[in-house]
Amino acid sequence: MGFPDRIERTVEIAQPPAKVWAALTTAEGLGTWFGDNGATIDLRPGGSAQMTWTNGHQANMRIERVEEPTVFGFTWHIYGLPDDDPRRTYVEFTLEPVGVGTRLTVVESGFAQLPEDAYRKTYDGNTEGWASELAELVEYVNAA
Amino acid sequence: MPADTSDIEAIAEQVFVALADPTRRGILAALASGGPATATDLAARLPITRQAIAKHLTLLTEAGLVTAEPGERRRVRYRLRSAPMQAAQQFLAALARDWDGRLDALTDHLSAQADATTGGKRVQH
Repeated sequence: MGFPDRIERTVEIAQPPAKVWAALTTAEGLGTWFGDNGATIDLRPGGSAQMTWTNGHQANMRIERVEEPTVFGFTWHIYGLPDDDPRRTYVEFTLEPVGVGTRLTVVESGFAQLPEDAYRKTYDGNTEGWASELAELVEYVNAA
Repeated sequence: MPADTSDIEAIAEQVFVALADPTRRGILAALASGGPATATDLAARLPITRQAIAKHLTLLTEAGLVTAEPGERRRVRYRLRSAPMQAAQQFLAALARDWDGRLDALTDHLSAQADATTGGKRVQH
């Protein structure tokens, strides 16, 4: 189990990466399986995307990485914090072909945040440094 | 009594704020590896002043990540507490379950699309 800065999930999907990529990066896809009330997306690094739900909830994303059809990354606001809180987490989807299907991994990181002007560092490999720094702490927590 | 969700969120937020600072992570790592220590001990082991350490220890104490206890010669020792970190891990576990739900929805969405184009034939994997 990792220390509280990162969530990782992997799923195998019996569809080729191109299909999965479309579901992740088009307004039609995002507004169907993720948001249930539509989505918009400007698919380029620095572009924005928004998903809405019928319960009135909405999520605003800032797109960071677009490497079709293997890596799609965005930052978004941390759920549960006030709307004006500047802290954001980075979500990255990685697609790998497996036979005729796709292994999709999602990693959300950066919960131990970071001032606003530094948030870009979360996906520049910055988290790696403190993962090792905290190794002893993790052992402690898991042993407790 | 188990803490409710909003308590866990509040604790988790304090933990994440505490961990956002590299000096505080250094202090926590030092306490984790070396056991309880005074501010003076920590100042000797870390490249920061005792005053700065004292300030960070105050924040860490407020976040519940360390606890002050009487040490030798009336010097206060600080001990690491793991309970708030476990709350932070619980918070993340709940968010991870959100991702499980979303990925299930994605898988269903894609297989419904495939059914529509192949007339119901499922691709095995």
